[in-house]
Amino acid sequence: MPTFFEEKQLVTPGELLAEGDYQAGENTYSEGGKIFAARIGLVDCENKKVNVVALRAFYTPKPGDIVIGSVIEVGFNGWTVDIKAPYSALLRASDVLNRPFKPQNDELSQVLDTGDLIVAKIASYDRAHDPQLTVGEPGLGKITRGQIMRVTPTKIPRVIGRKGSMISMIKQETGCQIILGLNGVVLVTGKNLADEELAMAAIQKIEDESHTTGLTDRITQLLKEEKAKREENKN
Amino acid sequence: MSTLITKVRQKQLSQLIEKGKRIDGRGLTDFREFKIEEGLIERAEGSARLLLGKTDVLVGVKIETGEPFPDTPNEGVLTVNAELVPLASASFEPGPPDESSIELARIVDRGIRESKAIDNEKLCIEAGKKVFVVFVDVYVLNHDGNLIDASALAAVAALINTKMPNYEIKDGEVIIKQGYTPLPLKSRPITITVGKLGDKLLLDAGLEEEQVMDARISLAINEEGNICAVQKGGSGYFTPQQIIEASKLAQEKAVELRKKLKW
Amino acid sequence: MIDKQEKLIDKKGIRLDGRKADELRPLKLEVGVLPNADGSAYIEHGKNKILVGVFGPREMHPKHLSRPDRMVLRCRYHMAPFSVQERKSPAPSRREVELSKVIREALEPALFLEMYPRTGIDIFVEILQADGGTRCASITAAALALADSGIPMRDLVVACAAGKVDDTVVLDLYDAEDKLGVADVPVAYMPNLNAVTLLQMDGILTHAEFEKAVNMAIDGCKKIYALQKEALKTKYMHIKEETQEEVEE
Repeated sequence: MPTFFEEKQLVTPGELLAEGDYQAGENTYSEGGKIFAARIGLVDCENKKVNVVALRAFYTPKPGDIVIGSVIEVGFNGWTVDIKAPYSALLRASDVLNRPFKPQNDELSQVLDTGDLIVAKIASYDRAHDPQLTVGEPGLGKITRGQIMRVTPTKIPRVIGRKGSMISMIKQETGCQIILGLNGVVLVTGKNLADEELAMAAIQKIEDESHTTGLTDRITQLLKEEKAKREENKN
Repeated sequence: MSTLITKVRQKQLSQLIEKGKRIDGRGLTDFREFKIEEGLIERAEGSARLLLGKTDVLVGVKIETGEPFPDTPNEGVLTVNAELVPLASASFEPGPPDESSIELARIVDRGIRESKAIDNEKLCIEAGKKVFVVFVDVYVLNHDGNLIDASALAAVAALINTKMPNYEIKDGEVIIKQGYTPLPLKSRPITITVGKLGDKLLLDAGLEEEQVMDARISLAINEEGNICAVQKGGSGYFTPQQIIEASKLAQEKAVELRKKLKW
Repeated sequence: MIDKQEKLIDKKGIRLDGRKADELRPLKLEVGVLPNADGSAYIEHGKNKILVGVFGPREMHPKHLSRPDRMVLRCRYHMAPFSVQERKSPAPSRREVELSKVIREALEPALFLEMYPRTGIDIFVEILQADGGTRCASITAAALALADSGIPMRDLVVACAAGKVDDTVVLDLYDAEDKLGVADVPVAYMPNLNAVTLLQMDGILTHAEFEKAVNMAIDGCKKIYALQKEALKTKYMHIKEETQEEVEE
């Protein structure tokens, strides 16, 4: 039952990772009792499950995911939303209006127009149907202010950190509200642009160095240094 | 080139093939019955119609004069075109040739060209200026699978049937005279397509079988049993061993067909 | 033009461009070269210079081309007008249509097409300069561009031709050998699955020569595969190195 990799080894699609008594985890596939990598990434193995932490991947919708998207089309009874995935998502008018939609009374583009950004939850998605969104929960809906940035979707868990430690630390240090769309789109809302930029710089650093350890310490350091610099400038 | 078949039917077909059997009772390497009718288009210099099972292909050959290619000034020119005529299948649409018909034409073309079937130098009228151009037009009239082998066979049959006009040159002009001579041929290639499903290879796939096949390889084989052109098609793959197996299979079948055709 | 009578291989078995029979031309591979594409790659294979860009998986336009049960792969192989000796019309030729099809079919077995139904991936291949064997070099680069786009793959696809020049079976024919040689056998291959995904041939070969050419091309593919993996890893190598530093600390 051999494996053919070292922990955190960089692998390319098609590389043989393990044979026999192992399970094919994320970004791998098994064929004829062998497990191969399906994406470029760093390989790890936990409880006999072989995973590849992908360095290149796009977002695949999952019901329950919070995503951030932009309205690209106003339709007859709802909106088409680009969620940076292979499929665009649908948001029904009735979901937003919270009542049956009447075409003669409701001008949808006055509620949400093309170019508007929304925070939404994936309500449903399967192989045969495009993802459907809902905004009927607190914290969801149209975005009116703040900054948007994109990170590789596979790196969102790193931005969150263990039990949310990383993201709450950034929120605390910068005083910003941060919404992490699992589709890799991030909304940062602060009291001023400088705070927002600081939070974004921290997230960018996580994107760039997501694979390294000791990252939390370095991010804390970055935030402290930047804040100290700003204090100096004030004086 | 496909019409949708149900999953149940797909399963039936592939399960049979895996057992080495086929839906119409043939063995995996058996061809369907075929029949060639020659010279049925009087306006064409050559023609042949081939029925392979229900697959029906008509090939017409027209000969005109034209300019040679600059890099082959003393050779005639061969042009092969294939039309998947809309009346032959619900999946054929009118319009300019799509990739399926272009691929088909190019496989037929390569089989004739690479085997040097036509004695091109005998088609030269005046080096660098005037040569005979051989237009081979493949017309698919009914699609029931294996268009490649059917079209290639019909094309060669039409070339065998082709008569060149007699001519003389007067003051640099080509004057067509009475009578004809046969188109000078040096080889009669036979193209055999080998289909693959899992670890099974099969010949002369029917329309439905083509839809369950992983991939195919077409090989043009000449009189000496040499390979003159190869083309793999389809979204699946072959192992290197299967390729060698397929090429042997094609060679054996070519010998058998050659006997039958008296080519 | 090289005189047809001239030998393409000398008495010592050396080819006109100085290579031995089983020697590849120099190769250069680069990943992630186009900022706007989802994945991209550049290849120099001999004097071939080829750019490949990949977009998707994304919604298919026009929509009726999409398939309810699988992703659709589209490929356009296109030669720049200045890529060959005599200007090539930019309109797609029959050769380009056919090559687009066989390149697509060479890449399809590497993808899990059933994974993203109703979507499409577009592969755009631009031949900037041609020197014989462009379809093979295009496949090698397109596989890298696909991997760079983040689409899951069974294996990289790598391609190389072998053929017959004078009386010798040789690897990786360049332009003059391609035009004046006896036969050319391009092969695309997935090394980890031992799967041949493209095979063509023109010319005349005996069965034994054909077998030898296929095997020689596969050996060539395996050599290029190593370069292909290296090119893909190079783009991310800094990450690997940083990771190791971390582990050592």
